[in-house]
Amino acid sequence: MADLLTLEKVDAGYGEVQVLRGMSLALRKGEVLCLLGLNGAGKTTTLKAIMGLVQTTAGSIRLGDVELTRLPAHEVPKAGIAYVPQGRRLFAELTVAENLEIGLMTRGRGDVTRETVLDLFPVLRERLKQRSGTLSGGEQQMLAMARALCVEPDVLLLDEPTEGLMPSMIARIRETVATLRERGVSTILVEQRVDAVLPVADRVAFIQNGRNRETVDVEKLRADPALVRHYVGVG
Amino acid sequence: MAFGPYLFLATLEGLVMAAVLALTALGLSLVFGVMRVVNVAHGEFFMLGAVLAWAVATTVSGHPALGFLAALVVSPLIVGAVALVSERLVLRRVNYNPEATIVATIGILYILQQLALTFYGPEARPVVAPFDYRIRFPWFGYSAYKLSIVAASALVLAATWFLLARTRIGLVMRATQFDAETATAFGIPVDRVYAGVFAFGAMLAAVAAVLIVPIQQAHYLMGHDPLLLSFIVVIIGGLGSLRGTIVAALLIGLSDGIISVFFSPTLAKIIATMAVALVLVFRPQGLFGVAAR
Repeated sequence: MADLLTLEKVDAGYGEVQVLRGMSLALRKGEVLCLLGLNGAGKTTTLKAIMGLVQTTAGSIRLGDVELTRLPAHEVPKAGIAYVPQGRRLFAELTVAENLEIGLMTRGRGDVTRETVLDLFPVLRERLKQRSGTLSGGEQQMLAMARALCVEPDVLLLDEPTEGLMPSMIARIRETVATLRERGVSTILVEQRVDAVLPVADRVAFIQNGRNRETVDVEKLRADPALVRHYVGVG
Repeated sequence: MAFGPYLFLATLEGLVMAAVLALTALGLSLVFGVMRVVNVAHGEFFMLGAVLAWAVATTVSGHPALGFLAALVVSPLIVGAVALVSERLVLRRVNYNPEATIVATIGILYILQQLALTFYGPEARPVVAPFDYRIRFPWFGYSAYKLSIVAASALVLAATWFLLARTRIGLVMRATQFDAETATAFGIPVDRVYAGVFAFGAMLAAVAAVLIVPIQQAHYLMGHDPLLLSFIVVIIGGLGSLRGTIVAALLIGLSDGIISVFFSPTLAKIIATMAVALVLVFRPQGLFGVAAR
């Protein structure tokens, strides 16, 4: 499979604090790549660097032929990348429909996109006029994903989507990620728990101190659980 | 005059004040709500609106209504352009840092004030009202123009509500207000939204100034009171809340009008200040504001 999104020796951080130190990563077309690592390893910062939300001081981030580090942050989603932030970050005072509308403004095809997305999350169809801050945790996560899918992304960035959810909802999120893969959407999935990753990921990148230490196929990980213990300390 | 008609007159005066205050305070409230910028120069955009209204109205010959209408269009546009330039040259350069923008807008305040003093002068100058008609109540006659200020203000407030609640621009503004980083991640050019909101806030103050300048002369120091009262209204109503701003403007405007007539303007200001203190102690987010996340 060809690489769709590549990070090469990226340095990035928040002001004086450098978090990513030579991060290199490649996302293939149609795969689910999981970033696994301890708290503070640089997983979320990697996603934010791709979105242009933190300052990149060195290196290259390319989506196909487009150099993303040269784009202003608000142009990045228009290139075809959608982001589901950690903690969902919904516009809680806006309704479900308005949250979806924000996603559609980016590059969606209006009602067609909206209906396709609502078919994936039918429960949201009944909640369109409800303020998103009043949804349950699981519904909020669905809305966060639905809002991102309204962008019609080629690449989806998911930051700990299963955090704080009950097992049935975690299974639902996994199913959705698998469905999106079938539809050709490439996904970078940030997780801390390896059991949440194995059923859905194609490859796993181990992030440590702002670098990608190793990227392995998920089959290799299943065969050699010691890898997880080596990089993450549990497993 | 008997108590009833006297109270009615005081209420009408309070309504006029509330109408102008609501427009001015809404501009301040929007700028803070969306940008988190405490715009200390807001009163000077009000002053600039009034001074420009005089300049435009005296330039246009013919019926006073022509000059006034020209001022109502041209003055807010120029003030909006000045605000846009200020935003680009000053606020963006300090990266909208809350502390830095307070100092920066104090600087803008003095620059605008001194420019007005230099080019307009220290005199207070009136703008002729677009029409001179008195409505005859059984007890007294009252300026129809003053009542038209209330109507015009209500119209602008309704249009602003429509813009915020029913249009894509309003949706983008509300999303930016709630979470600028996530808004950026969805393709919203936050710096352009900030520029537009800053200009729009200043234009609302300018509209209020053009409306009031036929009954309150234009002067280069006239920005202080609107700024102070706008802060009072915005703190009581809740920053960023349109409904809160209107309710608080009515409360402050009416109480100021009525207490000033029956007791003294000083007592009205004391009560307004006490109301702010009470709100800050018991409901810091304001009557209709959302508590900090």
